[in-house]
Amino acid sequence: MKSFKTSLLLVALLAAGAAQAQVSVKDAWVRATVPQQKATGAFMQLQSATPARLVGVSTPLTPVAEVHEMAMVDNVMKMRQVPGIEVPPGKTVELKPGGYHVMLMDLKQQVKAGETVPLTLIFEGADGKRQNVQVQAPVRSLAGDAAPAHDHMGHGGDGKPAAGHKH
Amino acid sequence: MRFHDSMSLPGPAGVARPRRRQVLSLALAAAAVAGLAGCDRRTAPSFRGLDLSGADYGRTLDLTDPEGRERTLVDFRGKAVLLFFGFTQCPDVCPTSLARAAEVKRLLGAEGERLQVIFVTVDPERDTPEVLRAYTAAFDPSFLGLRGDVKRTAEAAHEFRVYYKKVPTGDSYTMDHTALNYVIDPRGRLRLALRHEQTAEDFASDLRQILQERA
Repeated sequence: MKSFKTSLLLVALLAAGAAQAQVSVKDAWVRATVPQQKATGAFMQLQSATPARLVGVSTPLTPVAEVHEMAMVDNVMKMRQVPGIEVPPGKTVELKPGGYHVMLMDLKQQVKAGETVPLTLIFEGADGKRQNVQVQAPVRSLAGDAAPAHDHMGHGGDGKPAAGHKH
Repeated sequence: MRFHDSMSLPGPAGVARPRRRQVLSLALAAAAVAGLAGCDRRTAPSFRGLDLSGADYGRTLDLTDPEGRERTLVDFRGKAVLLFFGFTQCPDVCPTSLARAAEVKRLLGAEGERLQVIFVTVDPERDTPEVLRAYTAAFDPSFLGLRGDVKRTAEAAHEFRVYYKKVPTGDSYTMDHTALNYVIDPRGRLRLALRHEQTAEDFASDLRQILQERA
């Protein structure tokens, strides 16, 4: 029964045209901003069963979302856009402070702790096929604390226009 | 020297000169100062950051706070200053540094009242007084953001040998910048540089020593 369901699911996913369900995104979060702050970062963990590459990000929050890498060179912090992040099979690739992040720029509004930001992550498989993975990333405080966000998770009323999230 | 970088932090030579002078004057005024001669020279401090005591830079800071007041290092006498240069649109190093600074203040306990954290923006174009005020307050209400115009920002960075550069990305730009944390003692002298990779415990340990020195 279970394997039948799995095969059905597999067929459905294959029909969708990409190697879906092979990439997973965990613990995504966005750093809060203060009013008029125009940029912030999103962080998360990526895993894939097959070779994949994060090649882009889109979000209703802003039209400008780039994949960046931070490097410390002789005590100088440098951030650069990278064309993609490789996600080798079986490994967890972390986007976290001190390494990679998704840079969200040209923000038109403040991003507040407790809100949720929809992110669409675009992955490319070894075969060149693309797959979109949608996540709802909670906003943590500027200091990166998750705690305050939890208390307000239920709000919604004062939240972002969190565009429809369907599964 | 643990630092092998392009910023040419002062070597032992830069430290030696003022000390030699001090030793000389000590000898001349031996009787008068015998009992008071700096204890900190006999018991070598074990700092976890880079000891910059005697550095011939980082002596002045002349910038404006978000309320429009002109601020210099003299304003913070009696407190240890933890100084960091950054910009608010930085998603990684700057919030990490300020969150750590808040943790350091907590670790210092009551002594934390004698810590002044200063965040100098290297992006005054986008970091308006309002953004700067809200940004530092998000970490701790006592933290102070300072800014200047392009020229004064450059002067402040130069005084602390801080490198920064605008780097285009997409339609926007980001900033490369030195991510060292400077410690200025309660007498207004540059004493230490802590690296970004160091922990809040490292910072607190050094600051405790700086705050315990007798004035």
